Amino acid sequence: MSLPARISLLVVAFLGVVAIGAFVVIHYFLYNPPLVDYSSGVTANAGATVHVVMQEAPENTVSTHPDWVSYFIQNPQTKAWEHTTLFQVPAGSRIDMTIYGFDGCTPLRNNYWGKVTGVLGNVVDVNGRPYSFINSWSGCNVGHTFSIPSINLNVPMATPGLLQSNKPGLCPTAPCQPGNPSQVPYRVMQFSFMTPHAAGEYFWQCRVPCGGGFVTGFGGPMSTIGFMTGSMTVVS
Amino acid sequence: MAAEAPPTSSPQHAAGPSGPNHGLRIFLIWLPLAIAAVLIIWLVWKPHMPPGAMSTTAADQQRTIAVLAAVAAPIMLFVLLYFAYSLVVWRARPDDDTDGPPIHGNTRIQATWITVTSVIVLALFVYGTVELYASNGAGAGQGQSPIQVPGGPKLQVQVIGQQWKFTYRYPQFGGFETTDLVLPANEWVQFNVTSIDVIHSFWAYQLGVKADANPGVNNVAFTKVSHTGTFVVRCAELCGLWHGAMFAYGQVMSPGAFQTWARATETRLASVTAQLPPFSLTYDPTTVAQMSKAMIAAGLTGAPGLYYPPQDVYQP
Repeated sequence: MSLPARISLLVVAFLGVVAIGAFVVIHYFLYNPPLVDYSSGVTANAGATVHVVMQEAPENTVSTHPDWVSYFIQNPQTKAWEHTTLFQVPAGSRIDMTIYGFDGCTPLRNNYWGKVTGVLGNVVDVNGRPYSFINSWSGCNVGHTFSIPSINLNVPMATPGLLQSNKPGLCPTAPCQPGNPSQVPYRVMQFSFMTPHAAGEYFWQCRVPCGGGFVTGFGGPMSTIGFMTGSMTVVS
Repeated sequence: MAAEAPPTSSPQHAAGPSGPNHGLRIFLIWLPLAIAAVLIIWLVWKPHMPPGAMSTTAADQQRTIAVLAAVAAPIMLFVLLYFAYSLVVWRARPDDDTDGPPIHGNTRIQATWITVTSVIVLALFVYGTVELYASNGAGAGQGQSPIQVPGGPKLQVQVIGQQWKFTYRYPQFGGFETTDLVLPANEWVQFNVTSIDVIHSFWAYQLGVKADANPGVNNVAFTKVSHTGTFVVRCAELCGLWHGAMFAYGQVMSPGAFQTWARATETRLASVTAQLPPFSLTYDPTTVAQMSKAMIAAGLTGAPGLYYPPQDVYQP
């Protein structure tokens, strides 16, 4: 083989290795689910109110892990449900949160997290009734939590109810569509909180060990962004 | 062979009775440098050494680090000085093509070196062991049967590690649980550290307290905070996705303010405390009796008493 041919082969091989490395980095390490922007057109630190809508679904038929539970976030412009757990809100603003709870119950490992903290009034409205504590050990009451540890926010998510908690009765296809509760049972959780004045990333998580089959229930969807944990980006 | 050739000598190597006493030279250069280094370490650097002096255990650690630095600095200076002296004084000159002296060992130097280093290492071993014992475990977790326990009354604080937050229970105040770590100044505190899921490590940096949080184990550590203020709490054991965000701030109050806070919090959280398991040194969430009903309702196991049992564990 001539010298130019050998050099060309070497260059091609080198570029091939670089391309494979770049693909792995971009596809596996830099991949993030989409960010739902609730800050567009809202002035930060002006006391504005933003309405964020989410849901937690028992099955996840839109991903490669259909048996993983997952949160979804509603796009404020299109009203479509995005399979993501990343959302962006303005700093120093009031967030009115609505979360549709379609999933059944799982007891908390620490019942302390049944306590509502860090929200205005320290209560969550479940189908219009205020609760400051939901006991996950006394029955089929808590499906998940929405918790932002850095601002001490913790809200337990109520389940549709004891008799409706069996999997066949729950919403079979994600994302679920709020409609007639007698056909697809769900609860509506509403609470409000203030975003920090400082811009930054505030991770949030579920505290219910809903990664069934994984170590202590905190693997799988519980440790995967886009399913049961994510980040609230606060912009100023 | 070169070794069999008669030794040649050059002016540099002929350090006979009329030559310079290199050992004395090195010693006279080293001595003021070593004294200066020790004084700088002890008087200037020590007050700024980690982890500070916010508690008895932190102050003990700071002093220990300063002692080790003060012992190590003269040795390090000697090595560096000898290296520099050799480069300057014994380097080969441009016109010097002769061999060095055929040195085959020096029993006196070797014996001195082995003796001195052995004494230093053994002294540090004794010092470290005594410090660990005399300072009530030096803020480290001593396991569930601590060897050294400070006398007198102690505030009991239970640290519960969980993915991804520490919570704290105060058994002397009704066993309430909170995410706020508040301590009184000038009182002994006994941390009872455990976990309800994976292994964490409770690290109250400015207090000099660091104890692993293992599920099913009560790991005991002691400290006495010297003054009011805030301190950082971190998890020091890689425990999952959000391990890096598992930090918070603790607060030290005056004893009176602490009593007021603890009583008020006990009252405020009474309804929540009633829903928690009775205070225990460890907790096993897989066997909490109250959870059976919820587990059956959830169809998680089909039988009460087990909650994600170990035999079901798998990873992707």
